Amino acid sequence: MFTAAIISGLGLGSMYALLALGFHLTYVVSRTVNFAQGSAMMVGAVLGYTFSITWGWPLWLALPLTLSLCALYGLVIERCLVRPFHSRGSQAWLMATVAAGILVDNLALFTFGKEPRQFESSLVHLNVELFGSQVGAQQLLIPLAGAAIALVLYLVRRYTRLGKVLEACVQNPRAAMLMGINVNHVVAIAFAVSTVFAAVAGLLIAPLFSVSAEMGMLFGLKAFAVAILGGITSAGGVFAAGLLFGLAEALITLYFGSAFTQIITFALVILALATRPNGLFGSQALVKV
Amino acid sequence: MAVRFPTLHRLLLPMAAAASLSFGAYAAEPPIKVGLVAALSGQSAKSGEALTRGLTMAINEVNANGGVLGRPLELVRRDDESNPSKGMLAARELIQREKVTVLFGGLDTPVSLAIVPLANQMKVPFMGVWAAGTKITENGAADNYVFRVSAVDELVDEALVKYGVDNGMKKPGMILINNPWGESNEAGFKRALEKRGLANAGVERIQDSDLDVVPQLTRLKNAGADTLLMVGNVGPSAQVVKSLDRMGWDVPVVSHWGPAGGRFGELAGPNASRVHFIQTYVFTEHNSAKGDALLAALKAAYPQIKTLADVTPAVGIANAYDALHLAALAIAKAGSTDGKAVRDGFYAIADYDGLIKHYQQPFSAAKHDALGPEDYLFTHFVNDQIVPLKAKE
Repeated sequence: MFTAAIISGLGLGSMYALLALGFHLTYVVSRTVNFAQGSAMMVGAVLGYTFSITWGWPLWLALPLTLSLCALYGLVIERCLVRPFHSRGSQAWLMATVAAGILVDNLALFTFGKEPRQFESSLVHLNVELFGSQVGAQQLLIPLAGAAIALVLYLVRRYTRLGKVLEACVQNPRAAMLMGINVNHVVAIAFAVSTVFAAVAGLLIAPLFSVSAEMGMLFGLKAFAVAILGGITSAGGVFAAGLLFGLAEALITLYFGSAFTQIITFALVILALATRPNGLFGSQALVKV
Repeated sequence: MAVRFPTLHRLLLPMAAAASLSFGAYAAEPPIKVGLVAALSGQSAKSGEALTRGLTMAINEVNANGGVLGRPLELVRRDDESNPSKGMLAARELIQREKVTVLFGGLDTPVSLAIVPLANQMKVPFMGVWAAGTKITENGAADNYVFRVSAVDELVDEALVKYGVDNGMKKPGMILINNPWGESNEAGFKRALEKRGLANAGVERIQDSDLDVVPQLTRLKNAGADTLLMVGNVGPSAQVVKSLDRMGWDVPVVSHWGPAGGRFGELAGPNASRVHFIQTYVFTEHNSAKGDALLAALKAAYPQIKTLADVTPAVGIANAYDALHLAALAIAKAGSTDGKAVRDGFYAIADYDGLIKHYQQPFSAAKHDALGPEDYLFTHFVNDQIVPLKAKE
């Protein structure tokens, strides 16, 4: 029972973490976030379903195309809804990305349909025994995939040229620009990667849940809470906070009942932020005077 | 031989005159408007679609037979977005601006409860065709204008508990949607269990966004539940089945009609059939003559309906279809579109051979619900189709 709850919590937490890493990535390079992250998750699941189930395309074709279109979605958000406002010092990008999420959710409602659909995966019906508990193979795959993606992000930032460019933009965008780095391109890439993360979360979760136009809304909200809880400037912190959030939800449900899940989880988030305003793993930004 | 046109003229002219006179008389009469306030968008949009189809089919039949009081019926719809305040505003608009004679309600009990005081105050009959909240018709108003052709939560809970007990249930666990619908049924279940001196193994909540219900189900299993009493819409209900599969817990599940609201067979997977739930009507391969005729008319009007699996949710279509015919009879009995006269017209209906059943004195001052427990049937999903578990007695 405990093992099943832990695996379930880690899986859920990985989903929050992937979405929250998207918030982290765009925030560190541009000090903006894409509030349409939840809808990007839905777009990933809906496109994946449409290509592979409705149209019957093989996964090797459907998945890369889905992720590419989601990257394009992130690029469009950045180019049309964030950059025009942010470059003028306006905060209207915040409302613009919220509106984009609502718009895309409703477009999906009319095109994909009103009913939730099941994304069949052979892994869903495959159970494995782990420490005496039955655990779904898909549930095991989710935290593993989440951890792998977070590891790749870390390695790219640490050891590749793209990572160094990204780091330069994070540390000092103006200096990076003077050194010939096209900061606008880096920001655009960050938005594309963030929506790809969301799409991966959507594709992983779809077989366990269902695919619907409204599936991303609550996930997006919780992921933003996770990003703030972890300290949005810390990638490791955000990922750890995602796992903690998922685990807390699963264990509270197990020991106190589902009526208390949201109450206690969000009470803990408030308590954590009250004691550590910069998040569990974040640090206060230093301002040079 | 030449054709004698004057003779032909003499024959045709009176026919044309009569036809134009009758058409003119029908066309000159303004239509009698009936309103629908239901969820036409969002997660419950499928319910609004089903209600629209049921009402439209019945209106087509009524109009094809000359309308009511020599006037055609016309449907005016408004979207409540499952939001009580929006539903109330929409109902007010339909009553005051569109002057609807009868107002039909949608899926959501909270929306219907918000409309009930308005209907009673404005003295316009309000017909519930889906929402099952007990207090909708039993609203305590001295002058009650609210009727219903649908299930009633309290009676459903009693029927579900009886079904469970008949099938060996001794200590059920409740897994209920975390909203007022779930709360209303929790009270109903507890009353029905108390009446039989049965204890329950606990009450657990599910949400639309729940990915994994294993923790809740594990608590019920550990508390000794031998049957699950479930109340939830199609999504959360499917999550319960998938979680039961993961746990390998083979427990009977007796449910309210939530699973019927969508593609439960697809969402819940191969074990969807383990959930036994109530319906007021299902379309099968062997319908009554009226059922076959309606099914054929639906297929003709909506080409997307190809198989029985596409006629969902059948309860929405059937309840709305019968309710509209009953409303047409009430207006005819009233002889006018005055709200009070139509309300009394409902009481005056002696019988109507409907789709769900043969209604005999369906309404009276003391009885505003046309359907009772004897009209519920237990069903389950077989692949994508809802199939009765046993014939209605």
